[in-house]
Amino acid sequence: MNPLSRRRFLQISAASIVAAGAASRATRALAASTSPVPRRGLRRVPTFCDICFWKCNAIATVRDGRLWKIEGNPDDPLSHGRLCPRGTGGIGAHTDPDRLRAPLIRTHERGEEKWREVTWDEALEYVAERMKKIAAEHGPESMALFAHGIGGAFVRHTLKAYGTPNIAAPSFAQCRGPRDVGFTLTYGEDVGSPERTDIANTDCLVLIGSHLGENMHNTQVQEFATAVGRGATIIVVDPRFSVAASKAKHYLPIRPGTDLALLLAWMHVLVTEKLYDADYVAKHGYGFEAFAASLAPYTPEWAYPETGIDPDTIRATAREMARCRPATLVHPGRHSNWAGDDAQRSRAIALLNALLGSWGRKGGLYYPASMDVPGYPYPKYPKPKRPPVDNPGKKYPFASEAITTGVREATISAQPYPIKGWMVYATNLMQSLPNQAETIRAIQALDLLVVIDVIPSEIAGWADVVLPESNYLERYDDLNVDLFREPYVALRQPVVESPHDQKPGWWIAKQLAGKLGLEAYYPWRDIEEYLDHRLKGANLSLAQLKQCGVVRGPHQPIYFEEGVPAEFGTPSGKIEFYSNQLAKAGFDPVPRYQPPEPPPAGAYRLLYGRAPMHSFSRTQTNRLLSDLMSENVVWLNATEARRLGLKSGDWVRLRNQDGVVSNRVRVKATERIRPDCVYMVHGFGHTARGLRHALGKGASDTQLITRYKVDPLMGGTAMNVNFVTVEPQMEA
Amino acid sequence: MTPVEFTTYRHNPLIDPGLHLWGWQIPVYLYLGGLVAGLMILSGYHVLRAQWDRDRAHGHYVTAPLLSLALLSAGMLALFLDLEHKLYVWRLYLTFRVTSPMSWGSWILLLVYPALVASALLTLPDALPRLVRLVPGLGRLASAMEARPIFVQATGFANIALGVMLGIYTGVLLSSLGARPLWNSALLGPLFLFSGLSTGAAALHLLSHLRVPEARDEGDFGDALISALVHWLRPPEAGAEGHRKLEHADNSFLTIEFALLALFLGGLLTSTAAHQAGAQLLLTGPWGAPFWVLVVGAGIVLPLTLQYLQAQRKIRATIVPAVLVLGGGLALRFILVGAGQASAWTISLS
Amino acid sequence: MARYIMVIDTRRCVGCMDCVVACKTEHGIPEGYTRDWITETVRGEQPTTQLEIRSERCNHCDNPPCVYCCPTGASHIHERGGVVLVTPEKCIGCKACLAACPYNARYIHPDGYADKCTFCIDRVEKGLKPACVSVCPTHCMHFGDADDPLSDVSRLLASRPNHTLLPEAGTKPRIFYLT
Repeated sequence: MNPLSRRRFLQISAASIVAAGAASRATRALAASTSPVPRRGLRRVPTFCDICFWKCNAIATVRDGRLWKIEGNPDDPLSHGRLCPRGTGGIGAHTDPDRLRAPLIRTHERGEEKWREVTWDEALEYVAERMKKIAAEHGPESMALFAHGIGGAFVRHTLKAYGTPNIAAPSFAQCRGPRDVGFTLTYGEDVGSPERTDIANTDCLVLIGSHLGENMHNTQVQEFATAVGRGATIIVVDPRFSVAASKAKHYLPIRPGTDLALLLAWMHVLVTEKLYDADYVAKHGYGFEAFAASLAPYTPEWAYPETGIDPDTIRATAREMARCRPATLVHPGRHSNWAGDDAQRSRAIALLNALLGSWGRKGGLYYPASMDVPGYPYPKYPKPKRPPVDNPGKKYPFASEAITTGVREATISAQPYPIKGWMVYATNLMQSLPNQAETIRAIQALDLLVVIDVIPSEIAGWADVVLPESNYLERYDDLNVDLFREPYVALRQPVVESPHDQKPGWWIAKQLAGKLGLEAYYPWRDIEEYLDHRLKGANLSLAQLKQCGVVRGPHQPIYFEEGVPAEFGTPSGKIEFYSNQLAKAGFDPVPRYQPPEPPPAGAYRLLYGRAPMHSFSRTQTNRLLSDLMSENVVWLNATEARRLGLKSGDWVRLRNQDGVVSNRVRVKATERIRPDCVYMVHGFGHTARGLRHALGKGASDTQLITRYKVDPLMGGTAMNVNFVTVEPQMEA
Repeated sequence: MTPVEFTTYRHNPLIDPGLHLWGWQIPVYLYLGGLVAGLMILSGYHVLRAQWDRDRAHGHYVTAPLLSLALLSAGMLALFLDLEHKLYVWRLYLTFRVTSPMSWGSWILLLVYPALVASALLTLPDALPRLVRLVPGLGRLASAMEARPIFVQATGFANIALGVMLGIYTGVLLSSLGARPLWNSALLGPLFLFSGLSTGAAALHLLSHLRVPEARDEGDFGDALISALVHWLRPPEAGAEGHRKLEHADNSFLTIEFALLALFLGGLLTSTAAHQAGAQLLLTGPWGAPFWVLVVGAGIVLPLTLQYLQAQRKIRATIVPAVLVLGGGLALRFILVGAGQASAWTISLS
Repeated sequence: MARYIMVIDTRRCVGCMDCVVACKTEHGIPEGYTRDWITETVRGEQPTTQLEIRSERCNHCDNPPCVYCCPTGASHIHERGGVVLVTPEKCIGCKACLAACPYNARYIHPDGYADKCTFCIDRVEKGLKPACVSVCPTHCMHFGDADDPLSDVSRLLASRPNHTLLPEAGTKPRIFYLT
């Protein structure tokens, strides 16, 4: 998992940072804003966004003391000065009247959503006392943390100092985990976040289920539009005619769950027609012959009945990919928990890219760079006495991060040791983990559930203590030094004050550490001191970052042709077409296709995805964003809808294979989806009473995802394995 | 090629999912405006015909100007209630916009009032003798006006001219809105004018039935009411010249209205697809049933038939046809305003 | 005399609605109202379906029925760029302009007056682009002077097939969609 020599390579130039040059434009633009803050007039404050994990750099404008608008920072390599609708609509997150306002301690049964408001001191005292009790009775390992996003950095720090190894996030086992594992098995490293996709320069972009444009990862969507504008070939594989599909030269409406068959058939064509990059494969590949031999049965004719894609289209698209190589990019995707073969499918995507020679090449998958900003010199964390609970006995040998659902399982079974406390930071586990009943069962086994969040999410509804965090526009967070096309360091700083008694995550984590007797882990007085110390380590300063928000480092080589050394962190040091690691662990060393379970008669496979104006289940009470989409709809094939006597706008309920019935939701009868599946945007159908604006609007896909298939390689939970029937509802 | 699926994410109040700008106020305003226009023309005509050689049999004309003033004011109130920015209504009278029917209308209305007041003054001694007795100045004014034939003539002409303008204006108000193909016909003005005339004649007809017999001086209110009820329920005296004339007039107006309605729809049906779709909203669409039943059936064909039979003395004359015509006129405004808002140029790629 | 127009590339547009939310924050549009919006038009059947996504707003028509029908002159053509604007202090809220607009681009502001897209004339007069154009992450929107043959918009119109909305309504709209 370590980027090895590349990191060393990057360090050569890391010392020479041309901050002055790169930051000059923003600095000039912001020169007028001097502190102290004037109440009247305009004030422009650079910061970075938190509505999703992309962390685009933004400039917020305050007019007469009130947040007016948020625009992209022109110096930002991620957004190029243009945010996505969620970033632009960030104002609504600040002004959301449904926000958590004060610390709460539960007064009734868990899940009844009844609390009393308490002071921060009382709340943190309560938490610390119980955490100490858990540590004393069960050991600190019995406390688990679920945290999502950069804001969780300090809570993670406190929990590590406390002594637990059980720190997980749904972003692995419920999201990008299978992809990262598939790529790591092949190349020795994953594609990262933001992904290392060179969409801007690609001549042929292949999207397998990736719905760019609906999935609003800013840089990718911008580069996608550029590619479309340049006339690059777009190939989209999706059971749904996505927005991206509407831009495609080739749209392949695949039977859900059969993507691996298509990938294998494509590779079969590339290999049998000798269209692959033979030099590249010879130079960088390992085990190609065995791999090539394994492809023999996977002809396009074989794939046709599986995928529904006719052999001519399979051949034509494979040839198109070969024609554009190496500037052909088969997008690795992100949320990749689909059918249960996900790590292997992702590995097939990695291998297809390898055949096309696109890894490390312009228009393919580049080698990202990052700034060298040293961490803060903290004391060493105590070494946990017991290993993490999430993956006992390395049951999932290739899991590279903690498995949330593994922690949940351990909490229920108390095996290998009991988990008695959960701290949940900014992740709505009720809407992100499959099978809500299991999550509730785990919660019932806890002595302590603490939720730190901005809004009263469903998981907050189950909490013993709810700690209201300041919104991202009201707080400092840790520096953003993600790996990307070009190196940068970015600052999040408060633009406006929190409207009520909310506190920033760093403050909460530091106070809690203090109450736990872990003051030694917080040697800094406040976060400004911490940030300045880190920035000084990179020859920068907080004052500088406060002015310009983002500082870009000098251009680093990102392609082989620019001088990036072609080294791979795999056991063989090569791109592994054949994986001995997998073979040794008892898995298929080359991807092998398993047909998916077909939908029961009259039922549809439940698929879900994103809408451009919403993030997860956290933006539905943002009035600006909910004004764009206040409820989701269930997409149903037009012919199927006619058969059921439904038209667009009619109300239905979905009933899944286990008898779970959804909230009522409107139908979108459309040609844009296959007849064997239905689709809905994730994040709706809220049940938390505090989310007044979103309560009961739309339906929750998560509620219907009672079944999941665990990826045997890495423990990811495949969720496109649920089937629903559509039941018409009378109005109102 | 028409879109297979069209989705808009706009959700503005009054606009989406379908235009619903105007509720009851505008149809009521258009209806009352048309009705008043009809009354003005009829009473103006009567003023000229009579040349102040007053025919007592035409006594029901006497209250028409006063009634018009009341109805027009009610209509204006409805219009005012519909305005969203009420405090700025005076802005109408700081300008004249030649391309805006609404601007024309507001100025026409400004002229309609004096014309109606003039004819009301002329008829005041007959319409409200007690008021004139109470305020002798009014009687003197009326006599002074009466004494000048040129003034009487001018009043008559003004009422006819302004009535025509007002009646047509109520239709042009809609027909000028090219965005709504159903309304987009020059025949809408004449149609509303003749509908106004038919309802005006029906109102006069009804008025003559309803006219409370001159109260016996200091009579008790209850007595007056009872005698009025008896009076209303009694069929009109057969052969009353005024009634027959009105029936004839009403039948002609209804016939013309019917023809205009047919031409209006025919015109739409032979026009663009959007206009055809607009007409279909009335003929077969969601407004089909109320249109055929209330406007065509109960509002035109049935009263026409009844009045024809009445004129032929085949059946007893009643107030039923007049009530039907008045109801039909109202239904016409409601249905046209409603259906028109559903009529649109469909968004296409062409 | 400038003649401002907007040219929107439907091939690039993904319908993310950033234009909508940027307009809402820039102008403080109240919750539940919008001056611009996204539409989706789907034609054909799978797998040869076609989808056109459009960012729509007032078309600032050359032949604006909303201006013609306004009884007070509140709706007017601005001297700069021929932009169609509403003066709230002159508007009586009669809604004739709402009915006159074939695009249903107007609405009644909660304060009672007719409101709609202004092409961000306040920004344009400061040399900025309209808010929707300046935020668009796909760079699908272009704003400029159609009378200037060298402008972005003129060149795009000259070089790419395009269409307007409801040309049959005869309003001569000034938003052009590249296909």
